[in-house]
Amino acid sequence: MSLLELDGVKVHFPIKKGVLFDRTVGHVYAVDGISLKVEAGQTYGLVGESGCGKTTLGRSVLRLVDITEGSVVLDGTDLAKLPGEEMRRFRRRLQMVFQDPLGSLNPRQNIESILSEGMVAHGIGKDQEERREKIKSILDKVGLPSNALARYPHEFSGGQRQRIGIARALVLEPDVIICDEPVSALDVSVQAQVINLLEELQEELGLTYLVIAHDLAVVRHISDVIGVMYLGSLVEEAPSDALYAEPKHPYTKALMSAVPVPDPEVEDQRERILLVGDLPSPANPPSGCRFHTRCPWAQAERCSTERPELRDVGGGHRVACHFAEEIAAGTLKLTAGEVVSATREGVEDAPPTLPEQAERAEAAVAEAEEAEEAEKAVKAEKADTVEAADAPEKADTAEEKAAEPLEAGKAAEPEPRKAVTTEKDATTEKDAKDAKDAKDAEAEKAAEAGKAEKADEAV
Amino acid sequence: MSVATKTDKIQRLAELAATKETSTGDSLWREAFRRLKRSKMAIVGAVVIALFILLAIVGPYIAPYSPTAQTWRGEVFPNRGEFVGMRPENWFGLDHLGRDLFSRFLVGARQTLLVGVVATLIGLTIGFLVGGLAGAFATLGGERGKRVDSVIMRFIDIMLAMPSLLLAVSIAAVMGQSLTTVMIAVGVVQIPVFARLLRGSMLVQGSSDYVLAAQSLGVRKRRIVVSQIIPNSLSPVIVQATLSLATAIIEAAALSYLGLGNPDPAIPEWGVMLTQAQRFFDSGAPMMAVYPAVGIIITALGFTLLGEAMREALDPKLRG
Repeated sequence: MSLLELDGVKVHFPIKKGVLFDRTVGHVYAVDGISLKVEAGQTYGLVGESGCGKTTLGRSVLRLVDITEGSVVLDGTDLAKLPGEEMRRFRRRLQMVFQDPLGSLNPRQNIESILSEGMVAHGIGKDQEERREKIKSILDKVGLPSNALARYPHEFSGGQRQRIGIARALVLEPDVIICDEPVSALDVSVQAQVINLLEELQEELGLTYLVIAHDLAVVRHISDVIGVMYLGSLVEEAPSDALYAEPKHPYTKALMSAVPVPDPEVEDQRERILLVGDLPSPANPPSGCRFHTRCPWAQAERCSTERPELRDVGGGHRVACHFAEEIAAGTLKLTAGEVVSATREGVEDAPPTLPEQAERAEAAVAEAEEAEEAEKAVKAEKADTVEAADAPEKADTAEEKAAEPLEAGKAAEPEPRKAVTTEKDATTEKDAKDAKDAKDAEAEKAAEAGKAEKADEAV
Repeated sequence: MSVATKTDKIQRLAELAATKETSTGDSLWREAFRRLKRSKMAIVGAVVIALFILLAIVGPYIAPYSPTAQTWRGEVFPNRGEFVGMRPENWFGLDHLGRDLFSRFLVGARQTLLVGVVATLIGLTIGFLVGGLAGAFATLGGERGKRVDSVIMRFIDIMLAMPSLLLAVSIAAVMGQSLTTVMIAVGVVQIPVFARLLRGSMLVQGSSDYVLAAQSLGVRKRRIVVSQIIPNSLSPVIVQATLSLATAIIEAAALSYLGLGNPDPAIPEWGVMLTQAQRFFDSGAPMMAVYPAVGIIITALGFTLLGEAMREALDPKLRG
């Protein structure tokens, strides 16, 4: 039996509205049914983009947020059902290291006070003298001088503060430590130190970690098993090496394809899967497979209706995708997004041109030229746009267009690793511009300027 | 030993060497105090306040004459506009009843300080309790606590909705004319200010990571409030207390001016003196009003300067 088992954990936050009395108008499905097992002495890495619910999951294990449904079993005890006081006592066995090393330390307490707080709460050590001895030995373990005791958090460097955070978790001798982005707030050089420290401590004390991070390299380095989260649920789970060697879920594939390879020759061969769109709102998740709105291999029949469960595809590799095998075999065609060479010019700094948008982009370029040479030729330009098979320009849409330069300006900003939503793009004229390559950006702006003026006149 | 671990060690040693070798660290309070000592504004404010307190303590003993005795009654004729101004035996001149104004000014300082301090203390204590309670319920009480908090805060809002001077006047009118009334009235007006301030500050601290960390350590809620949230929420309250000492003195003077203060007009207090001087301001004795007015202004300025300096010293964003 595993040390820590999560079964169908759901954390839904109610969205409340109302003047005098709050009504619940909906829920944010932050964590939506997660089951995972963390074996004693091992490290479970949880990755996912920001907003996917990984931090909430970490907090729900400690019951820092209320669990809506499901169970968190630590060593045979279901934490989700423990009453308040018992849960408080149980927290000794389950500690957390926070992302922000300074923010998670009380600025008005000195280190001794910070580190003894937990021991006092759990009645560890007879008196302060005994506690101080223990604190000193822990400080030594995490590589801090014992004269740190009387100091305050702001007198330490970032790496040292995180060591204090780790020491605070360690003094209670927990079974499991949940590390919520333990190094993302630190300098790269210090990151390595802290990661190494965590590994050393694990070897020495036999700790079990649940590491939450968005940095794939960090997670790969430290984890035995890795779970990939997307929009509140796990999409893939596998032993660390297997996951990196052969990611099976389209989302994981896209994530992995974004990691640069240090070998220039391999790097030249590397292909990137460009995802379309942004993370959908967890308050209104897509039906069926949560990922189908952005999946490059999304199929018409099952993906949008049936939610895939995590299933074993061999070797402890679990994937939540209906078509994992087909994708791996290469028998499925891309339906959205595209696979490009990672080193292709413009991939990093501009959204790519999708086939159905190329025409519109051309039209916009033509328009731009027009705008440059003749501002007064309003009619001619209108005709031009109509010819270009764009939406007919009418006076009633003038307002919309006046707002365009601003919006489009935003969209023209480099958006690495993500392409632009396809469906939306096809509908509006504005979005047609989004689809252009970086070299078109200037012409585009000119076009917008011309249009804004036109819009003014129309009003 | 590999190169990587070696550089690691060296880096760590450098880090250790960089930390000062002193045995005690600097708490934020001590740091703030050091910053306060460097601020010119704070020094000026503190000196003014110190002088004022000194005046309030020794004033009655060094006053050359009795502040209530109408010694020079025969020399002043208010209805004819004949007053006595500055002269060697009466530095500030005489008032309309032939009393020595300098003595009245010295003795009056004590009453004024007393009103300001007691009123602020009343407001601070009750406001702190109410605000602290609401803040504690709101941050750690869960759903139920939030409801308790909003009930408390609606009462505070009702108090805040009334114009402060009007509230003070009504309290003074209900309780009758006395100095205690003035103190209570001015104090009650301050309650919602302190309560809201502390609660707001506690809400901000309550959502911080270190409170979450304390929760995950298994620290009891009551202890989290007392040892984590409240110490970090105090700064704005301390600043507000200093600043409202100035307002309290002015408001107390205003109530005295309206005739709601001490029923015995013979006992000097700067606000009362201002009221009495008002009748004669344009009929021969403008200086009678100037002395207490300048006294109030300088004192209020002193408290304001110190308060502003404390705000700067306690603001963690300025910590370098």
